[in-house]
Amino acid sequence: MKSHVWRPLYIVLGVIVLVMLAKAILVPKDFGIGERGYMYGWHRKGNEADWKAVKVKYKTMDYCKECHQDKYDDLRQSPHAAIQCENCHGPALDHPDDPPTLTIDRHRDLCIRCHARLPYNGSGRGAIRGITPETHHPEAECVLCHYPHNPKLEAKR
Amino acid sequence: MVHGEAWTIKEFFCYPNEYIYWTIQIVMYPFMTGLVAGAFVLSSLYHVFGVKQLKEIARFSLVFSFALLPVAMMPLMLHLQQPQRGIEVMMTPHFTSAIAAFGIVFTTYALIVASEIWFVYRAYFVETATTLGEKRERGLWEGILYLIYRILIMGAWDISHEAREKDEKAVKILAGIGIPVACFLHGYAGFIFGSVKANALWMTPLMPVIFICSAVVSGIALCIVTYTVTMELRKMISARKRQQKPWLPSTDELKSAEVQVVTMTSKYLLMFLVLAITLEILDLVFRGYTALKSWDILRSVIYDKDFFKIFVLQYGCGNALPFVLLLLPRLSLKRVVFCSLLVLMGVFMMRWNVVIGGQAFSSSFAGFMEYRLPIWPETMELFKEGLFGAMFVAITPFVLFFGITRILPVFNLKDSH
Amino acid sequence: MIDRRDFCKKALLIAGGMAIPLSALELFDPKRLLAEKNDPSPTRWAFLVDTHKCVGCGFCVKACKIENEIPYDANVTRTWVERYIVARDGKTYIDSPKGGRDGFTTPKIDQGVEHQTEVRNEDIEKAFFVPKLCNQCDNPPCVQVCPVGATYQTADGVVLVDRSWCIGCGYCIMGCPYGVRFFHPVYHVAEKCNFCYHRISKGMKTACVDACPFGARRIGNLKNPNDPVTKVIMTERVGVLKEEYGTKPQVFYVGLSREVK
Repeated sequence: MKSHVWRPLYIVLGVIVLVMLAKAILVPKDFGIGERGYMYGWHRKGNEADWKAVKVKYKTMDYCKECHQDKYDDLRQSPHAAIQCENCHGPALDHPDDPPTLTIDRHRDLCIRCHARLPYNGSGRGAIRGITPETHHPEAECVLCHYPHNPKLEAKR
Repeated sequence: MVHGEAWTIKEFFCYPNEYIYWTIQIVMYPFMTGLVAGAFVLSSLYHVFGVKQLKEIARFSLVFSFALLPVAMMPLMLHLQQPQRGIEVMMTPHFTSAIAAFGIVFTTYALIVASEIWFVYRAYFVETATTLGEKRERGLWEGILYLIYRILIMGAWDISHEAREKDEKAVKILAGIGIPVACFLHGYAGFIFGSVKANALWMTPLMPVIFICSAVVSGIALCIVTYTVTMELRKMISARKRQQKPWLPSTDELKSAEVQVVTMTSKYLLMFLVLAITLEILDLVFRGYTALKSWDILRSVIYDKDFFKIFVLQYGCGNALPFVLLLLPRLSLKRVVFCSLLVLMGVFMMRWNVVIGGQAFSSSFAGFMEYRLPIWPETMELFKEGLFGAMFVAITPFVLFFGITRILPVFNLKDSH
Repeated sequence: MIDRRDFCKKALLIAGGMAIPLSALELFDPKRLLAEKNDPSPTRWAFLVDTHKCVGCGFCVKACKIENEIPYDANVTRTWVERYIVARDGKTYIDSPKGGRDGFTTPKIDQGVEHQTEVRNEDIEKAFFVPKLCNQCDNPPCVQVCPVGATYQTADGVVLVDRSWCIGCGYCIMGCPYGVRFFHPVYHVAEKCNFCYHRISKGMKTACVDACPFGARRIGNLKNPNDPVTKVIMTERVGVLKEEYGTKPQVFYVGLSREVK
């Protein structure tokens, strides 16, 4: 084994030791095989908590009705009952602390998402009462005539 | 701007998140590793199988392969969105991924090539270092060289006959191990593509084999071109020197040796070329014959959208034309070089047609994507994944080769290897 | 020369010698044993999409982008809605402009390269919408191909991406047959739908499920036999996307059609 032929092997061993050292320093301690085995579960365990900690922005109707019971009741009686408040008003986030007010979007674009007429028989879209946005009072906001919280009560306007 | 949006044009229906994510750098990656593997295989033909005629080009291609090595990694680093994390492939390798073993295979291969070079050059190191050591006064460059050689020798100063025989044996063994590793390194690049079941064009078990064959082809072709160009340069230099020192070898002597080596090498080029073309055609025929669900869209990509790139540039100019030219009688040096250049272009187009062609259609099979190569590097992203990034990768091996040959001269060595 | 008996003996010895360390590994890996013996998680999330109910309003896409902080105007999205229009001549037109974020408000069909086409109402044989999202496959090919373990599947079946570990090679994006993955325009790492993991792990529903006014999207726990979603999946006729890839998708569809890609 005294032969010079083995010299390059020292370099190889050096490289291996270096990699091992780097591993010990760089790899997070909670990195390992998870419940789904090596193929599907090789990961840093702490990352699961990172994802769980993402902030919830859409708080759903239950959150809104705590203060806006009147609007909620209105909506519940209407064909729009299934539409979440936040679909049109934007995510609640920490409202009323932050932001103190939610923007009220009166734009036609919101309404024509469903009410632009597309006669598609294969989906529920065909059954929704619709308009042709280009010809149906293109200059006006829908809410001028229609009450969004309960479109049946159009007379209210 | 979303990554990929700048150079992708969608037609008909593609999924909203689909872009050409693997671009020119991923074309360069198999092209460069192919050159590495090919150059190494060429040098091993002499070291392992004792093809004496290749002696002169063998050392050349070995050193060239070494110069190409770091460059095989460059396109990957330029491609990664988080290049600073690239080391993680060694830290937490996930071996179910075809990319995970890259670090290990690549390092193993690099170490093999480096040690082989060490054994080939050890005697030269010792001799040069001894001569330099005996010199009273050393210039700055000589001083640096002396230091470098002393480090490179790693204390193995013994250049007795037995020691040198051991060196030779080691070279032979390393070259022998090196061939499968080089093939693995590159077949493995083919596996990265061939194993993607989500991509209809890539998924074929033939991919690794096709990649190896075309790799050897391109490696040999590049060695021929570089070798000839270097020889031409040397001739020019020696012609100038001969005016002062008439005892140096004449241009004709240099030339006859050169023609012999190059034509011999071109025979091997031809052999691997036939293999590569056969496999590629087989793949194409098989796809057409079995006509799976994906064939409709593949056909319109292969025979319509990419017809020029596949059939004219790759098969026509890159394969068929050099094939015929190499077989015609009275092979001249110029013709071999011309053919080698065509072959290089053909292999590059093959990589392009695989990597970009595989993303030319949506995985919905209902739409197409077109890649517009970014030319002017307005942003870092456009540089990295554009023409200039690719040029940067293509030029580097020659710069490195020049640098390395300052320490490891590849010509006019009078040792036995 | 080696005779047969000798050969058999040696072969057995070698095989046995190799088996001992291997079996020892199996025996002394308690985590592995636990995972195989008793189910580690009481939950396996699954999704149910009813394509009959989807009207293409795109509220799900809007909510998803805001909830999961995907830049609103970037042309990538974790979930999207596709429109299929099958014409009388047999041609199928598909589009999903901006992933359907702003809903489908015009009969014009986006054909890419700034080109639009339109099928006259009387020429439409059938037309419908198909919402798409990550299938959280049981055999996720995207996870299999990640070289560094930056993407993985949790015990409850959701595939997540570790933003601090992803190297951005894009192999997972290439490996997904459904095209759900992309590079996040801000973090520059692989990004995908994760069933709003922060919401479902708090007992909420995903943002898209909450936003859907038509009940076209539902999420449930496959391991709970009383879950209404599980009941539908078990007792009714449901389909999955691209079964031929062997990925075992866990997003189930009611009313799939052969045109759906």
